[in-house]
Amino acid sequence: MPRALFEKTGNAIWISHLDLMRVFQRSFKRAGLPLTHTQGFNPRPSVSIALPMSVGVESRCELLDFDLEGEKIANLEILHRLNQSLVDGVRVLAVYDAANKIKHLTYLDCVVTLEYDDGIPQDAREAMEALFARESVVVEKRTKNGPKQENIIPMIRKLTVQQEGEGEISLNARICCQNPSLNPMQLVAAIEKELPACKPSFAKCRRVEIYDSNETVFR
Amino acid sequence: MTQLKQRILPTVQKPARYTGGEWGQIKKDLKDVRVRVAFCFPDTYEIGMSNVGMRILYGVMNCMEGVWCERVFHPWGDMEDAMRANHLPLWALESQDPMGDFDMIAFSIGYEMAYSNILNMLDLAGLPLRSADRKGLKNIVFAGGVCAYNPEPLAEFIDFFSLGEGEDSTVEIVSLYDRAKAEGWSKEQFLLEVSKIPGMYVPSFYRHEYNEDGTLAAIVPLNGAPKKVTKRIVQDLDKAYFPTEMIVPSTEIVHDRANLEVFRGCIRGCRFCQAGFCYRPIRKKSPEVLYQQAVEVLENSGNNEITVSSLSTSDYRGLKELTDELLPYCAQHKISLSVPSLRADNFSRELMQKLQTIRKTGLTFAPEAGTQRLRDVINKNLTEEEILTTCANAFAGGWNNVKLYFMLGLPTETDEDVLGIAELVYKVILAWKENAVNKKRGLRVHVATAYFVPKPFTPFQWEQQITPQEYLRRCKLLKEHFYSKSIEYDYHSPDLSCLEAVFARGDRRLGPVIEAAVKSGARLDGWDEYFNYSKWYDAFRACNVEESFYTTRGYGEEEILPWDTIDIGVGKKFFLRERKRAYQGLVTPDCRHGCAGCGAASLLKGVACDA
Repeated sequence: MPRALFEKTGNAIWISHLDLMRVFQRSFKRAGLPLTHTQGFNPRPSVSIALPMSVGVESRCELLDFDLEGEKIANLEILHRLNQSLVDGVRVLAVYDAANKIKHLTYLDCVVTLEYDDGIPQDAREAMEALFARESVVVEKRTKNGPKQENIIPMIRKLTVQQEGEGEISLNARICCQNPSLNPMQLVAAIEKELPACKPSFAKCRRVEIYDSNETVFR
Repeated sequence: MTQLKQRILPTVQKPARYTGGEWGQIKKDLKDVRVRVAFCFPDTYEIGMSNVGMRILYGVMNCMEGVWCERVFHPWGDMEDAMRANHLPLWALESQDPMGDFDMIAFSIGYEMAYSNILNMLDLAGLPLRSADRKGLKNIVFAGGVCAYNPEPLAEFIDFFSLGEGEDSTVEIVSLYDRAKAEGWSKEQFLLEVSKIPGMYVPSFYRHEYNEDGTLAAIVPLNGAPKKVTKRIVQDLDKAYFPTEMIVPSTEIVHDRANLEVFRGCIRGCRFCQAGFCYRPIRKKSPEVLYQQAVEVLENSGNNEITVSSLSTSDYRGLKELTDELLPYCAQHKISLSVPSLRADNFSRELMQKLQTIRKTGLTFAPEAGTQRLRDVINKNLTEEEILTTCANAFAGGWNNVKLYFMLGLPTETDEDVLGIAELVYKVILAWKENAVNKKRGLRVHVATAYFVPKPFTPFQWEQQITPQEYLRRCKLLKEHFYSKSIEYDYHSPDLSCLEAVFARGDRRLGPVIEAAVKSGARLDGWDEYFNYSKWYDAFRACNVEESFYTTRGYGEEEILPWDTIDIGVGKKFFLRERKRAYQGLVTPDCRHGCAGCGAASLLKGVACDA
């Protein structure tokens, strides 16, 4: 099955996961690339995005699996045609035949940017480093069956804290992204809960790279 | 996009509806733009983007050199709160610039419940609500759509109205503005010139005088404005502008599919139906043009669904030819074709069978009234036999879902007519018992009753609306006579329909009421989440306006009606004649079985009415 590596930036970060699937389905159609359809009462075009992403998150490492009908079209051709039919902010970086199973996708590198309108609180960086060095930091997680308490530390592979100029701190983290998965915004929730003085004015997140369990880049 | 917006977006539901950037949106370089138009739809993005008229006019204006038309929608409540808290003015999607930056502000108004949204959008843009308080040529506010046929409740807020179909007239309006801006005209000068374009109604050029009893005494044209303003129509739909490159929303909208308008007008003449008269005369598009446009739209948009649209689609003469061509194309490209608004005739039954091969759609009937007597009164040409035969066939074919729509409070309606609905539903259930192939799944009959709202430009425009208490009594009576568990019965609280009735036949005295309601927070009245009648009740009291004057009073046939300045082609004499026939229980045959002389054909030049 072919796979596309794509990025989602700019205005496109506001497109939800389900809507993004629809955006892709229509882009394939506009590009004259006929997707195969699922069997059943309500046939659906076969596209699937590896790691669903929250609205407002930027990414440079998204994977889309799809399947085309008819004769094989060269991957480079698919890439060009798709990019001509996609909305601003969604751009395919590569199309290739997938060798790795999505279930082996394990880690995600992300950057969480914390913005402080009134300047960075004193010793914030050190406090955060100490926080994420703890054995256990429990944060509330919203699930289908109501709120649940979870310890996020075991899902953080590594994390560094960087001060960026006057008003920004960035958390560069490698976290688990499948079974179990950690929503990067839980890092912000941890800070808000444990270090109330360091609560940012605004926080946003960017996905940077994905890895398998051996921390080799996943494609 | 500003940092402020970036911070607000994650906190609101469905942020993609505020950012623009969809496939097919038009962006222009400001240095090539002389006239900027903010095209406002007074409801949410999901509703507005489903509106075909708006898509057509967006294309029409953007085809003009030097003109850039952008879209503005009413924000959902959470976004509105955030905007007000952060003093963020309402913006247009394409450029993200504030609405107040635009030269022209256009509204498309399709239903009365959007009136509060229009004022609220002006307010969110930081613009004065009243036309008289917007002094310059900039920010000229105009409006069109079916509500413009009785524009009086909005007369104080909108600078001018564009009546009828806008494919041609919009170009004339915007071109005139282009010239006015270049030559530095005043607003007054522009309005004077725009009033000379056929189909343009400038409310400030008409003085409304009232009698002591509140009815109109006179409508006096000023500044040489025409005594009657006649709506504009497109003469030849095959040659009319139709956008085959449409915006494809990146987030789900209400009608998330390509839309193919096959003809305009309606031959049926149901006496309650405003659309049926306002969209006359009948003009068709040829199946060849439609097929071509359908393929182009589908290829350009990537949609996997297309719907054929019009009033009473079965009356489109080219329907067989068009669907015979479209069905194979759709099957090959895995596109689902839907044909709503079919009548229960033989061809339609065959067509439904064919469509079923792609996707099952529901079965919906709108008998509107429970007895043949009352259906004759309203000229709804649908018999019990047609309904039952179609249901029987559908049940035999595996369907087990029926929706039936009725109205309560129609002229001459008695309890017998109300109970006729229960009887008809009972017969549908019997038809299922006799014909269903798979009874294990059970039957669902969804029954909904609406509260009749008399509308201008219909034979029932003079009628009384029944009181809300009486409406609820009839609903209850009906409910008591539904015995089967298969029936799901829906009826709405009467408040919304009362308000709709007030505005539909309203006059200029309602302006202050709308303003007061909006100032106290009324908006998104079409949404259950936000509709709050108490705000409106207070506004009526504060402005000393009685709702009953417009609803239960009924209008005299000799009375000057607020919308008498407007000419839709169908004349008052025809409506009076039809009203008499209604009371005599006389059916008027559809236009193909004999022209009833409604008058709309007089709008056609050189072509005949396609009835």
